[in-house]
Amino acid sequence: MTLPISISAAQGAQVKRPSRYLRNLNSKIASIPMVLTAVVVFLGGTIWTILYSFTNSRLLPRLSFVGIDQYERLWSTARWMVSIQNLATYGILSLIFSLTIGFLLAALMDQKIRFENTFRTIFLYPFALSFIVTGLVWQWILNPEFGVQAVVRSMGWTSFAFDPLYDSDIVIYGILIAALWQGTGLVMCLMLAGLRGIDEDIWKASRVDGIPMWRTYIFIVIPMMRPVFVTTLVIIASGIVRIYDLVVAQTSGGPGIASDVPAKYVYDYMFFAQNLGQGFAASTMMLLTVAIIVVPWAYLEFGGRKRG
Amino acid sequence: MDKSLTAMPNLAGADRLSAGPQGKRPRKVLSGRNIMVYGALTFAAIYYLLPLYVMVVTSLKGMPEIRMGNIFSPPMEITFEPWAKAWASACTGLNCDGLSRGFWNSVKIMVPSVIVSIAIASVNGYALANWKFKGAELFFTILIIGAFIPYQVMIYPIVIVLRELGLYGTIYGLILVHSIFGMPILTLLFRNYFVSLPEELFKAARIDGAGFWQIYFRIMLPMSLPIFVVAMILQVTGIWNDFLFGVVFTRPETYPMTVQLNNIVNSVQGVKEYNVNMAATLLTGAIPLIVYFVSGRLFVRGIAAGAVKG
Amino acid sequence: MNIRAVAAVLAAAVAMPLGAAQATDLEVTHWWTSGGEAAAVGEFAKAFNATGNKWVDGAIAGSGGTARPIMISRITGGDPMGATQFNHGRQAEELVQEGLMRDFTDLAQQQKWAEIVKPTSLLKSCTFEGKIYCVPINIHSWQWLWLSNEAFTKVGVAVPKNWDEFVAAAPALQKAGLVPLAIGGQPWQVNNLFSVLVISIGGKDLYQKVYADKDAAVAGGPEIAKIFKAADDARRMSKGSNVQDWNQATNMVITGKAGGQIMGDWAQGEFQLAGKKAGVDYSCLPGLGLNEVLTTGGDAIYFPLLEDEAKSKAQEVLASTLLDPKTQVAFNLKKGSLPVRGDVDLEAANDCMRKGLDILAKGNVTTSTDQLISQDTQKQLEDLMAQFFASPSMTPEAAQKRFAEVIASAD
Repeated sequence: MTLPISISAAQGAQVKRPSRYLRNLNSKIASIPMVLTAVVVFLGGTIWTILYSFTNSRLLPRLSFVGIDQYERLWSTARWMVSIQNLATYGILSLIFSLTIGFLLAALMDQKIRFENTFRTIFLYPFALSFIVTGLVWQWILNPEFGVQAVVRSMGWTSFAFDPLYDSDIVIYGILIAALWQGTGLVMCLMLAGLRGIDEDIWKASRVDGIPMWRTYIFIVIPMMRPVFVTTLVIIASGIVRIYDLVVAQTSGGPGIASDVPAKYVYDYMFFAQNLGQGFAASTMMLLTVAIIVVPWAYLEFGGRKRG
Repeated sequence: MDKSLTAMPNLAGADRLSAGPQGKRPRKVLSGRNIMVYGALTFAAIYYLLPLYVMVVTSLKGMPEIRMGNIFSPPMEITFEPWAKAWASACTGLNCDGLSRGFWNSVKIMVPSVIVSIAIASVNGYALANWKFKGAELFFTILIIGAFIPYQVMIYPIVIVLRELGLYGTIYGLILVHSIFGMPILTLLFRNYFVSLPEELFKAARIDGAGFWQIYFRIMLPMSLPIFVVAMILQVTGIWNDFLFGVVFTRPETYPMTVQLNNIVNSVQGVKEYNVNMAATLLTGAIPLIVYFVSGRLFVRGIAAGAVKG
Repeated sequence: MNIRAVAAVLAAAVAMPLGAAQATDLEVTHWWTSGGEAAAVGEFAKAFNATGNKWVDGAIAGSGGTARPIMISRITGGDPMGATQFNHGRQAEELVQEGLMRDFTDLAQQQKWAEIVKPTSLLKSCTFEGKIYCVPINIHSWQWLWLSNEAFTKVGVAVPKNWDEFVAAAPALQKAGLVPLAIGGQPWQVNNLFSVLVISIGGKDLYQKVYADKDAAVAGGPEIAKIFKAADDARRMSKGSNVQDWNQATNMVITGKAGGQIMGDWAQGEFQLAGKKAGVDYSCLPGLGLNEVLTTGGDAIYFPLLEDEAKSKAQEVLASTLLDPKTQVAFNLKKGSLPVRGDVDLEAANDCMRKGLDILAKGNVTTSTDQLISQDTQKQLEDLMAQFFASPSMTPEAAQKRFAEVIASAD
């Protein structure tokens, strides 16, 4: 695929150009919305946020600088530490389970089965629902008085205890269950698209060589699907960093502060505590996390590589 | 719009996916392997369907039954009252007209937002794929990173931008916001799709002297139905499910359905009416759900199609 | 935007010759969405609509934390509503400083607000640099223990007369499968519960030293240690509440599933809506039956500065309506709060409201934490209390240490 480079070369030969800025003018005009969004909103907004994280802005943004006070306070706040720990637990488990479940489902779907469309729709439909809806449903299913716990107890196992949303130690797993329900369908779809991209001949060859199926998957197919895995990883990771709505809908961060996450800390301090500076400092830390995860990937994917 | 992150590149095999399974059907339907495969899939399907089942069943029960019964049992007496209440008479504050008002507001917000955001993003993607200029990739990279920023962080900058443009509180402002936050993913989607189209087409058109817009409208657009469908599905669900922008950038007369859902669910008057909540939830989720059930196949096909080559 | 402005000018031009009776829509945003609250707001709307204008209700559910950012965004974004609720105190301070809110000093002088609003501290929290920016509409006090008579009858224990008796009765309730003290999961509930314990068990002086003087030594000292012991009791007694919203917790008391709840006087609105009678079905102990001192916080309506003349006129009408004696009585009876005017007669007031009025008349009042400490400090205290009440493994000593730290850096 040598598209753009060869074209602009051809273009250069054919058209005489009055100025290098006017070259390819239509394309530049068409890109104005993108450039404005990228520069004004995303870049501008980020710089603005970082700048104000060094101020003591309260209800309204004001430029009265206080150095790194907000960051010192942030890192000595118990709630921020809890939210970071939760994010780590939730993040690691969510990565592992999403990828495993997603891949297993995709592999099952790829066994030339009947009703593939039906199964696919079933696995994917939660993805159409908002987090508010997801949180609400699972809050209800996990409610100890009406939900799973009550049902199991009514069947005779009276000491059965499963109320993750009201137990500080395991509340984050309650959120994980709901998040996996909503998100794994998409991972399955991505994986399936990846599996379908594997050449049929590879399967034939491994069958001829008598390699068992699971070994073919682990040692041949998965390595070949590396790009799909990278993509999926980034999608899941970005979703993890941004998790907010689900927690609010399901637990509001409770019990106590046990299921707090960084995005919720940011929101609460910006708007509830009316301490914008503190909220901006926390969101700058989040942006930093995003940058560490995404920038190298984006650079490899879109920036550094010459196509051709 | 988390869902919009679907469109990352580097997936291959659109053809195979759209063609569905290939090869001979397995000879024996009831082989041991098949039992395992279908068993596992059915088990998983139950887990995925359970919440939907609970929602539907609960929304059809009366409150007394909910209080004593278990959530998985089917309703002893089916009642549609919760649905009627959720749609027409559930209260928030003084407004007791349920979700009905919000439904049309959501439609009014969604339709123009979907059209404008897709129009902008498709042209952007086209420019990036076929008419690349110096620096374009840099802006694009910034745009992609922007997809990972939590929206809450961006509220204040957006408020300032809209204020300066004089668009705050208008429907145009909201359309602009949806276009901005839909842009990273949609642009990526269209860019990848246009890159995957055979370049000979583009070259031939250039030699015939066709310009930027001519090629876009005459050649690219007619060939892009699958990706437009994907973009539409993503935007319809994303914008329909949006709560944050809907509540910050509108006024009570024009609150979208999700705001009313939140209001109904969180305005507890006495006891929580779970059946009304569930009915309201299903009503609010109905549009995206229908879109998925009807066009889910196109969606999955489009993910692969729009993401073939990076 | 422009079209709307033109339309407004036209409307105003038409209105002028016809006189002031032109109907104007005024949007009022607030977060009163529970049953009792909504009924109370309805009284305001009715009274305002009777003046020939129209109340456009902008309720946003999910407490002030959800609603305030929306209100503030709209005011700073240049699309202000006609009027909005805030808790008076320090929440709107900066909006006033920025000149975004309307100055009501003239109207206040004309209608002699300074004379009619009691206690005077209410108007003071609306005042910024000598000018008045909001209309206080009610007095809310936090220091109430609501008890379910039914629950105590059921287990055969006399209804407690104070906090200590209540703690002593707790095991009996627990044995019968009842939750002694219902507490909702939202952080503001436990934080305020703690401040109630401070003033009711520790007394007004201790309260002043901690919340007004922000004395970290006192906050870390033996007197507050006693309060944390009481909070520890409350924590044990609340086990099994498993509800989020305050009115769900109130509902547990109403239905006799819980022995009691510490909640502000707005809980009364819920009892009333459920048709319960004070003194018969439920009892109330102001100051937990120990120190009968009430804090006088409350809600206020603020008015953003508008350019539209017709709407500005309507703002003035609304402001006078809110303070009108009749509206005050109707609103506060439904809301369960006390009127801000000393000169209205609350004939319909029930047992509990009378107790509140008596304490108010005796002057056993002090300012609320909303007025004393910033939202930022408030939030930090909420985080601490939420954690303390949700994790049985956190010792009172550890919690007190952090409490003292927050007070030391409070503003």
